Amino acid sequence: MMELNNVLGFPILTWSIFLPTLGALFIWLFIRNESAVRWATLGVTVVTFLLTLLLWKYFDNSTAHMQFEEFHPWIEAFNVNYRLGIDGISMPFILLTSLLTVICIVSAWDCIKTRVKEYMLAFLILETTLIGVFASLDAILFYFFWEAMLIPMFLIIGVWGGKNRVYATIKFFLYTLGGSVLMLVALLAMYFKAGHTFDIQALMAYPFDFDWQFWIWIGFFVAFAVKVPMWPVHTWLPDAHTEAPTAGSVILAGILLKMGAYGFLRFSLPICPDASQYFVPFIVVLSLVAVVYISLVAMMQTDMKRLIAYSSIAHMGFVTLGTFMFTQQALEGAIFGMISHGFVAAALFLCVGVLYDRMHTREIGDYGGVANVMPVFAAVMLLFCMANVALPGASAFVAEIMVLAGTFSADQLYEMVISSKWVAVMAAISVVLSACYTLWMYKRVVMGDLVKDKVKAMPDMSMRELGFFAPLIVLVLWLGLYPLPVLDVIHVSVTHLIEQATTTKLHAAQALAQAEMLQHAVIH
Amino acid sequence: MLNTTELLAIPALPLIASLIVGLFGWALKEKLSHSITTGSVIISALLSVHIFIQVLGGASFYGNFWTWMLSDTFVVPVGMMIDQLTAIMMITVTIVSACVHIYTIGYMHGDPGYSRFFAYISGFTFSMLVLVMGNNFFTLFFGWEAVGLVSYLLIGFWFKRESANFAALKAFIVNRIGDFGFMVGILAIWYYFGTFDYREVFDQVPALVAQGETLHFLSWEMSAITFICLALFVGAMGKSGQVPLHVWLPDSMEGPTPISALIHAATMVTAGVFMVARCSPMFEYSETALAAVIIVGAVTAWMCATIGLVQNDIKRVIAYSTCSQLGYMFVACGVSAYSVGIFHLMTHAYFKALLFLAAGSVIHAVLAEQDIRKMGQLKKYMPITYITMLIAALALSGVPPFAGFWSKDLIIEAVAVRELGWIGDFAYFAVLSGVFMTAFYTFRMFFLTFHNSDRVPAKVKPHLHESPKVITIPLVLLAIGALFSGAWGVLGLDIANPNAAQNFFCSSMFVLPEHNPLILIAEEGHHAWYHFLFSAPFWLSLSGIGLAYAMYLRETDMPAKLAAAVKPVYTFLLNKWYWDELYAKTLMRPAQILGRWLWQQGDLAMIDKGMIHGGVVGSVLAGMQRMRAAQTGYVYHYAFAMIIGVFAALTYLVLKG
Repeated sequence: MMELNNVLGFPILTWSIFLPTLGALFIWLFIRNESAVRWATLGVTVVTFLLTLLLWKYFDNSTAHMQFEEFHPWIEAFNVNYRLGIDGISMPFILLTSLLTVICIVSAWDCIKTRVKEYMLAFLILETTLIGVFASLDAILFYFFWEAMLIPMFLIIGVWGGKNRVYATIKFFLYTLGGSVLMLVALLAMYFKAGHTFDIQALMAYPFDFDWQFWIWIGFFVAFAVKVPMWPVHTWLPDAHTEAPTAGSVILAGILLKMGAYGFLRFSLPICPDASQYFVPFIVVLSLVAVVYISLVAMMQTDMKRLIAYSSIAHMGFVTLGTFMFTQQALEGAIFGMISHGFVAAALFLCVGVLYDRMHTREIGDYGGVANVMPVFAAVMLLFCMANVALPGASAFVAEIMVLAGTFSADQLYEMVISSKWVAVMAAISVVLSACYTLWMYKRVVMGDLVKDKVKAMPDMSMRELGFFAPLIVLVLWLGLYPLPVLDVIHVSVTHLIEQATTTKLHAAQALAQAEMLQHAVIH
Repeated sequence: MLNTTELLAIPALPLIASLIVGLFGWALKEKLSHSITTGSVIISALLSVHIFIQVLGGASFYGNFWTWMLSDTFVVPVGMMIDQLTAIMMITVTIVSACVHIYTIGYMHGDPGYSRFFAYISGFTFSMLVLVMGNNFFTLFFGWEAVGLVSYLLIGFWFKRESANFAALKAFIVNRIGDFGFMVGILAIWYYFGTFDYREVFDQVPALVAQGETLHFLSWEMSAITFICLALFVGAMGKSGQVPLHVWLPDSMEGPTPISALIHAATMVTAGVFMVARCSPMFEYSETALAAVIIVGAVTAWMCATIGLVQNDIKRVIAYSTCSQLGYMFVACGVSAYSVGIFHLMTHAYFKALLFLAAGSVIHAVLAEQDIRKMGQLKKYMPITYITMLIAALALSGVPPFAGFWSKDLIIEAVAVRELGWIGDFAYFAVLSGVFMTAFYTFRMFFLTFHNSDRVPAKVKPHLHESPKVITIPLVLLAIGALFSGAWGVLGLDIANPNAAQNFFCSSMFVLPEHNPLILIAEEGHHAWYHFLFSAPFWLSLSGIGLAYAMYLRETDMPAKLAAAVKPVYTFLLNKWYWDELYAKTLMRPAQILGRWLWQQGDLAMIDKGMIHGGVVGSVLAGMQRMRAAQTGYVYHYAFAMIIGVFAALTYLVLKG
């Protein structure tokens, strides 16, 4: 039995993961009244959030080791273990998940009128799977949560979604399925190659030679690229977002998209460092396409949710770019960008949700002059639009500038076909494009005179609505003005990750191959 | 050393006031809203003057307060640097802002967005102070973006008006293009210097130049310092309305007049000039960048003056004049007369703010009419506005002894003495002819408004009156600045003195000795008091005023005849050189068409139809479509089937292996 690093001495990660499920079970069995279901769900998610706050409190920023570790043999025949643990890269995502889930529950309070209980249960189960993904240190456990999270997500879109929900759900399903299958293949391949282990840290340490890395990388890439999503496998996202209920969009943009990039950080970079280096130009091109092409497409959308969905893809372009630059700033910026985007995109979808609840349309053209009747809403939405544009003072700016700085300086590390300076310059075009699509939408929806009768009748935000925006406003500004608490958490783990990602495995692989050949020779 | 608390209070007071009024304005009475904000800005102004006096005595401040971002070598502190350049910007910003605050009490009275407006302008004052007081490029950028945001909010203040909303969006996006350059510049600074701190960066510049570091882009090669300076200058062009990024500034006149005075004339738009002056230790080492600054400044100074000649909207005439005057400031910086550029920035702030506020007073009187063709003979109704606007007009035209004369004359002298080949000749031509045009359009506007024939519509007539005291007092205050700030700069602060020890700006700006135009000017004996009698600008400005007098007070049918005689030129100028149309055709439309094309052809046709619907996935989808019953329950089954299938596959594979 190995030494487990867990300062708390009780399985906090397991509790964080399964508390929502336990709560769901309890609610399913014992609670009938709709209102009670809502309050009970809120209670469970709040307790889960408070529990995850403990992770932050007791987290040791000074080490890249896994913390709060847990280990139990699971399927011993195949060396599959229930192994949990978090480092500075996964910890912020767990907090993001538990917080956004609370906000989702509050935001869905009166908006969901049918099958309230099932809806709440779906969210609780979803929370379990999401936290599970970020806490898993065993590849099969990871895969289990990765796939399991799709079930509640399908249900949320498929049952409570808009008119085209079936199409969107199937598209989402097929895309992710395609990706997941390849990831499973990659996992199995590694299992056999690396001596029958699914332990992620063991896989990180195992010296795969270049050919193996190449194919494993591709297997992972397809799965993660679909989730991020990267161009050209992104078209499921606008459909899924448009059809999903508000809270579904919030979780989709806030957490689900981060799974892909998290996968790159957890699997591709440390397990296949040489392949990752090899594919840098490829990722750079796809990321720049995401920034420029997708931004232009976003600009022309007439459906608000679709616009924000495209904007998310563009922002994730920044994240993938930063992920594959292997510089401290770029990687920290990418991770910070995911957290920031989790708040900003979530808030923007909630803004659309507020409008949708009043007018039941997402078309930009159906609005106009909203500021006249909803001044508070206009101010809140402006704040998040400006955060989406990455104005300094908003969290997105910190992420954007760090990714750009890291990218700009990356050519000190290695040669590329085109200097990374110019990559940074091209990525910085997003400064202009994000302003174009975000503020043009804001202008058409919120500003202008009141001419539409339906808009005239819209009441301003309720206290409940302000209530779920309040934490997001605080977080976006706080992380924008004082990002150090989060950067400190990420820092050491990123340093460690860069070390892994820039240390070639080829020498070790060669040595291993020679040793094996020697062994063969001895046997024969 | 200056008192830290006092320094922090200067930006903090307007910020706190802005937050209070912004968040709780709905609950506050008009009087309380404006008392809180105006009071705090006046205190800021007094403190700034106090700081200025100490700086005059040799005090300075340099220090960091906290760390904004940190990741290895990427250290972003927040700190302040107070030197002469900062001090003069601080008093300019806070004094003009205080005047505008007082003026707004009268001007915006009764507007439904009264508190909101005060929250914005106080917030703006805070942002602008951050911009000028910061000690590193990131603090500068923070202020830079914050003033841009407030500018956006204020241009679109009357958000019911479509034109205002469009102008706000345009201003923001054009500024973002500049910010793109600025951001690239900051990144390059960090890359080459490893720090954002002004002092540390500037100290390393000579070493970097000596290294001969270059950048390649395709076949284009330039030195690192040139790249940094050009990138930063793109930012300055955006913020300071320089060609070709000037198009937003005239449209920004959609905002209420007080902010046209404060933001779009006196302070924010001068941020670019301030930045170039602040970065003089870098620009000095790049001849290419300096040449670019001169060319852009000269083209803007000249072109915007030509447009100003024919505009009929009182605010737009002044707005084009602002672009043009900013061009002058850049020309000054380009010929290494940074201190003169900043001097013009200061005098311009007073007389241009005055011009706008006086124009606002007129607009107020004629019931929001801005077309000077529908004014005339207002002199008798509004004596204070008339007098103060006359002072501002004379200052802008560069008539001695008004403020603009001193600074503009120095700029022209500086251009004349530097031998810069065709660039210098072109700039000299631009600024000289600009003087004539400036005097002409200023007095064209002035005569049409206050003299000429009475063209005020009958229904407006009964409303004509002088504005209340709360509006006229700021006019008088600014008129004092427009009268004396020029003489004070040259005679009091001695800013034309090439000897750094005696010149007020001394070490706050850096000039290579071989570039310094002040030395050359001093050698030519510019300082004799009667000197102006022998200088071209003085006579050009007088003839400009004379021509305006002739055309609009004597031969009043001449303008129409002249316009008809040179119709193509007149139309060209009236349509502002067709810049808006050019951008609409070459940028906006193509971007929209491309965006739609990428969406329809790329996403929908190619990826969705071609790859998804057409391929294997397509057949599955088609099958699903056929199964009409395929409702939610099925999805659930599918999901479960997938998990089970995956585990089955896993088991199978593992057992087999």
